[in-house]
Amino acid sequence: MADPTDELPKRLAADLDGIFPQVVELMGRRLYWGLRRMSGDHHTAEDLTQEALIRAYHALCGYDRDRIRELRLEPWLWTIALNLGRNHLRDRSRRPTLVELDEPRGGVEDPEMVDGAAWDRRLSALSGPQRTAVVLRHVVGLGIEEISEITGRPVGTVKTDIHRGLNRLRTIMEAEEHVARG
Amino acid sequence: MSLEGELAALIGELPAGISEGVALGTGLADGYDFYESPLGMVVVTFNLRGVSGLGLAEGEWQQRFLSRTGRGLFRAEPPKSWARHIPAAIEAGRPGKVPVDLRSVSPFHQRVLRATAGIPRGEVRSYAWLAKEAGNPAAVRAAGSAVARNPIPLMIPCHRVVRSDGHLGNYSLGRPENKLILLNHEGADPGWLEDLARRGVRYRANVTTGIYCHPTCRSIRRSKPENVIDLREPIEGFRPCEVCRPA
Repeated sequence: MADPTDELPKRLAADLDGIFPQVVELMGRRLYWGLRRMSGDHHTAEDLTQEALIRAYHALCGYDRDRIRELRLEPWLWTIALNLGRNHLRDRSRRPTLVELDEPRGGVEDPEMVDGAAWDRRLSALSGPQRTAVVLRHVVGLGIEEISEITGRPVGTVKTDIHRGLNRLRTIMEAEEHVARG
Repeated sequence: MSLEGELAALIGELPAGISEGVALGTGLADGYDFYESPLGMVVVTFNLRGVSGLGLAEGEWQQRFLSRTGRGLFRAEPPKSWARHIPAAIEAGRPGKVPVDLRSVSPFHQRVLRATAGIPRGEVRSYAWLAKEAGNPAAVRAAGSAVARNPIPLMIPCHRVVRSDGHLGNYSLGRPENKLILLNHEGADPGWLEDLARRGVRYRANVTTGIYCHPTCRSIRRSKPENVIDLREPIEGFRPCEVCRPA
């Protein structure tokens, strides 16, 4: 099955302003939910997703077409997002801010049948690198090499992070079952 | 379900508001909000560069905006660094501390509109004067169309622009009477201006200083009435005022 994101950089190079909203639609969801699972917080994930996409757009404005065409969009966006997450969010006062008409808004809730709070608790027990690697690999669905590129950690280390992270999650869930059974 | 399968199901929909926030933050869309004005409720559109438009909040204003810019439009709060200056800019009839985004018009039209923004409250200037101030004295008609398509009326005070013969002329924001309402509101007397135009008076001069001005220039209005004469043309021996720079 052809991934619709494969063609995006090419189309973006030809028409940045016209195609960028599609980048937001296609990538925003994965960015948001990945960041939400890493941070456990809606507002942090929302801010980081918006900020990363806005910065990506301004960076793309300065790139020539060839550079945009060669871009591996999703790892590039994740690199921006995680850099932002490490630093503090800059003052947002120079920007128009959307009026929130009614709170809570649709789509912020976890998917059906998912106990988001429980997963936030479990994931928060992992070390930072383990949590990042597990979320990027299994929630967002990125490859090991992409995660290595994004996080700047060697491939072998990323594999170890994921392996240990998953083991820790299994241990936590077994303990939960044990408690539930009394 | 396997652990990996459960993790893969932890992804939901894109929350509402993110696409709009990004569109506003990149300038691919504008925000809008409503303000009071001497002409009633107006809608102001803006982005991170500044205020991009102003119109009466009536009828199909959203369609009018979208067809002019082609950009998206969302209800939003203006950037905090200048949002609080918008009501004063509308009331005073000049941008002041509010940045303006004039990308939707040509560079010459931008220069005309920036010259328009400099016309003091309660005074009027002609299209010919604007053409000269914008650097092309021959482009009087182009100055006229720049003013007619002013995207930010009230804040860029095109109601202070009159025909080169001194008659008040047209106005683009709502009914033609709105121009009279605005001029009255800021202390310019439309009846007096029309009377000057009928008599062909284009300048007024102070005989003691030897300086001539546009009739509404604040420096000639401060002169003693007995020292002021009406002029149809500049006359020899008089020099132009440095404040209002008459042609």
